[in-house]
Amino acid sequence: MRILSLSRLYRIKLEPRLKEPPGWYPPLVSFGAIVIALVFGGILIAFVGGNPFLSYAHIARASFGSIGVISDTLVKATPILMTSLACAIAFRMKLWNIGAEGQFIMGGFGAAAVVLTPILPPETPGWLFVPVMMAFGMAAGALWGFMPGFLKARFNVNEIISSLMLNYIAIAWINFWIFGVWSEGGFQMSPKFPKAAWLPRLLDFSDTIPLFRGLTTHTGMLIGIMAAVLLWLVVYRSRWGYEIRLIGDNPRAAQYAGINISRNTILVMMLSGMLAGLGGMTEVSGVVHRLQTSPLAAGYGFTGIIVAWLSKLHPLVIILVSILFGALLLAGREIQPSGIPKMIQGIILVCLIASDFLLRYQIRVSRAGVEA
Amino acid sequence: MVKSESAIQTEENTVVRMAGIVKRFPGVLANDHVDFELKRGEIHALLGENGAGKSTLMNILAGLYRPDEGEIIIRGEVENFSSPRDAINAGIGMVHQHFMLVPSQTVTENVLLGLDEPRFFMRLKEYDTKIASLSEQFGLKVDPKANIWQLSVGEQQRVEILKMLYRGAEVLIMDEPTAVLAPQEIKGLFEILRSMTEQGKSIIFISHKLNEVVEIADRISVLRRGKATANGLSSEGVTTKELARQMVGREVIFRLEKQASNPGDIVLDVRKVFAENDKGLSALSGLSLQVRAGEIVGVAGVAGNGQRELAQLISGLRNCAQGEILLHNEKISNRSTLYGIEQGMAYVPEDRTQVGSAPNLSVTDNVIMKTYRQPPISRGGLLDMSQANRFAEELKLAYDIIVPTVDTPVRLLSGGNLQRVILAREISGRPDFMVAVQPTRGLDVGAIEGVHRLLLAQRDEGAGVLLVSEELEELFALSDRIYVIYEGKIMGEVNIGLEEPSDQVVDMIGLMMTGTPMEKIGEGL
Repeated sequence: MRILSLSRLYRIKLEPRLKEPPGWYPPLVSFGAIVIALVFGGILIAFVGGNPFLSYAHIARASFGSIGVISDTLVKATPILMTSLACAIAFRMKLWNIGAEGQFIMGGFGAAAVVLTPILPPETPGWLFVPVMMAFGMAAGALWGFMPGFLKARFNVNEIISSLMLNYIAIAWINFWIFGVWSEGGFQMSPKFPKAAWLPRLLDFSDTIPLFRGLTTHTGMLIGIMAAVLLWLVVYRSRWGYEIRLIGDNPRAAQYAGINISRNTILVMMLSGMLAGLGGMTEVSGVVHRLQTSPLAAGYGFTGIIVAWLSKLHPLVIILVSILFGALLLAGREIQPSGIPKMIQGIILVCLIASDFLLRYQIRVSRAGVEA
Repeated sequence: MVKSESAIQTEENTVVRMAGIVKRFPGVLANDHVDFELKRGEIHALLGENGAGKSTLMNILAGLYRPDEGEIIIRGEVENFSSPRDAINAGIGMVHQHFMLVPSQTVTENVLLGLDEPRFFMRLKEYDTKIASLSEQFGLKVDPKANIWQLSVGEQQRVEILKMLYRGAEVLIMDEPTAVLAPQEIKGLFEILRSMTEQGKSIIFISHKLNEVVEIADRISVLRRGKATANGLSSEGVTTKELARQMVGREVIFRLEKQASNPGDIVLDVRKVFAENDKGLSALSGLSLQVRAGEIVGVAGVAGNGQRELAQLISGLRNCAQGEILLHNEKISNRSTLYGIEQGMAYVPEDRTQVGSAPNLSVTDNVIMKTYRQPPISRGGLLDMSQANRFAEELKLAYDIIVPTVDTPVRLLSGGNLQRVILAREISGRPDFMVAVQPTRGLDVGAIEGVHRLLLAQRDEGAGVLLVSEELEELFALSDRIYVIYEGKIMGEVNIGLEEPSDQVVDMIGLMMTGTPMEKIGEGL
């Protein structure tokens, strides 16, 4: 494929790669893409009158500068990690679950319902409260994943549309509860949960380890990392994961190998919903400690789509990328509530996605007249 | 250089001259100093096996590729096409094997697609009449107002031809035009081609079917492995045998040493099955056949007579409306695909990349497709990847799969290597019954021979093999019996010995392939 003639002397050709590039190449390309993105971002900052170097230093300090902000970064990364895992497993089967947002919200609702209905009395001990909340959160998320999965498997309804629509239903659903039934004195939020329903945070251990004083990182991060490792195991080392990968790569081959695609469509959508729901649970129980719309419906489900994609759907890479995105979210807010930080995020994204091209094609420069 | 008078004469009659064309692709020399010459008003057949470089040469002429060396002279002018548009401006149009039409639009809209005129308003009525008169001129019967999806394959092909004629093509390149057509449609196409040459058009007819070429072409050029082995041979007095030699480089299209078969019990019993194709039309109507252990049973027929549906039915990818299929006296029809796999059935599908493999997954992942459910690869719900890799390494060695590591995604494998991956997977399960559909399509001679050996070895080990193929030579080389299929019915059954089948047998099969049942042939003889 010849795209352009730079001059009469040189000719640039793009050729599809016939061999896999060596192992070090993809990370290097991604790294290069981020560097280029930061250069563009720097130009942008300079253009609006800021000093790019100071701004970047500030961003770095604001997200990784001290143990306190690292903890805040991890808190931000936790919901992103869960929704990214949720998207990754669905995308692996080429099921475009855009509904992680709604599944996340429903997970929060399920967890809150345990406290507020109440399913368990307020004096329940934490060792029972938290697991039951997790179970309810995951079940609610799974239900929200089941619906588009079932519709897709049974009636071939486009899961993009149905899962997207369910996001709005989820928001309306929790609004109904916090505006009315569970409203605390007319405010649009539920009463605060009893302490036993909170996920343990680092600061809870500051009596024994003084270093942890004031750190809000909660067990959710640990749960998320465990989920990521488990998911890696499922995808790459289990029979079910093999079936998912096979369907994702070539559904006709999967059918030919005797794999039930409809059943897997439903199951994978449920697993996806479950992971997002678990994220909603940890957010409610680890950070918000009550049911409230705005911290739940903050777009984590959509960020998850991006992170999953950037991580090439690899569960372990997702851990890393989620933390980076958590940092960007946190530090971005530090320098400007909206605007430039979001733009830099966008630039990084575009560069990373564009760099994918270099993995599939190689560029060849040759002297004109001398055919390569 | 002084030219003789006759040379100048031929020069005037020559529409296209390609001289010393070289085209390299990464790892392949597709055209190696090929000369080609087309005269006005002739049908010039370009013959060659799959991968011989026919399509590459013609894609160069049609402006899709640029040659690495050599020149193209159109009516005495040196041309340097950089796009198909340049080629069509010089009067050269190509009708591709896979049609490039918009199904939801009408014939007229498709013909006008991409042209400068009409500019904004379509004025379809006006153009409808224009196109109708053009199609009448060349006998291309098709309704300009019809939508493409409503048309048969033959009619769609006529639209493609119309497209080129409307753009002023003087030279038409037809890339394997008969591959998609039914026999009666082929006859219609040939009439169209003749009427076009009578009106001064010149036609290049790409094919690998010898009989057709001898029937339609005025002159014939043959390519083998990128080189021209015959240039502008007159089709008069030429025999298919001679052409075959030019094409493959040896007299007989290879015959393997074959032991006499030793058929055992019936393995597969297809009993009067009826089934529909994807479009809901009848594909199989009351078809019956049997395969015994230790024999290869061929199914001969023109493509699209129900072969694909039959294979899908047996492998459980399709359900039948009536009738049943027994494997070892157990009903397998209308059950899951998995059931057939568990009963020890192997299936080599027609489409290697679309059905038989997962292109982005590794060789290992592709070879465990049928065995990942059983130990030792499956352990509980988990896969033992070291066992899986060991299995893949074993197959790589045993089946000569040429690949750097078993982690390589199979999309990077050549056709022959990919087919070996698929065969290795299917055969390694030691099936006692196997369906193989077009197992050698698109492979080079060496790879074909390898595949044939593997199939024969299966038979000699006592497996029953149902071999569906459009290549009669292949069926003769491998089969012990051949069923001939036509419009979803079996027309007859022929036993093939170890000897080369007589011309009489070949003629008989040819007649059955075109719809004459065996009993009728008997009456005629």
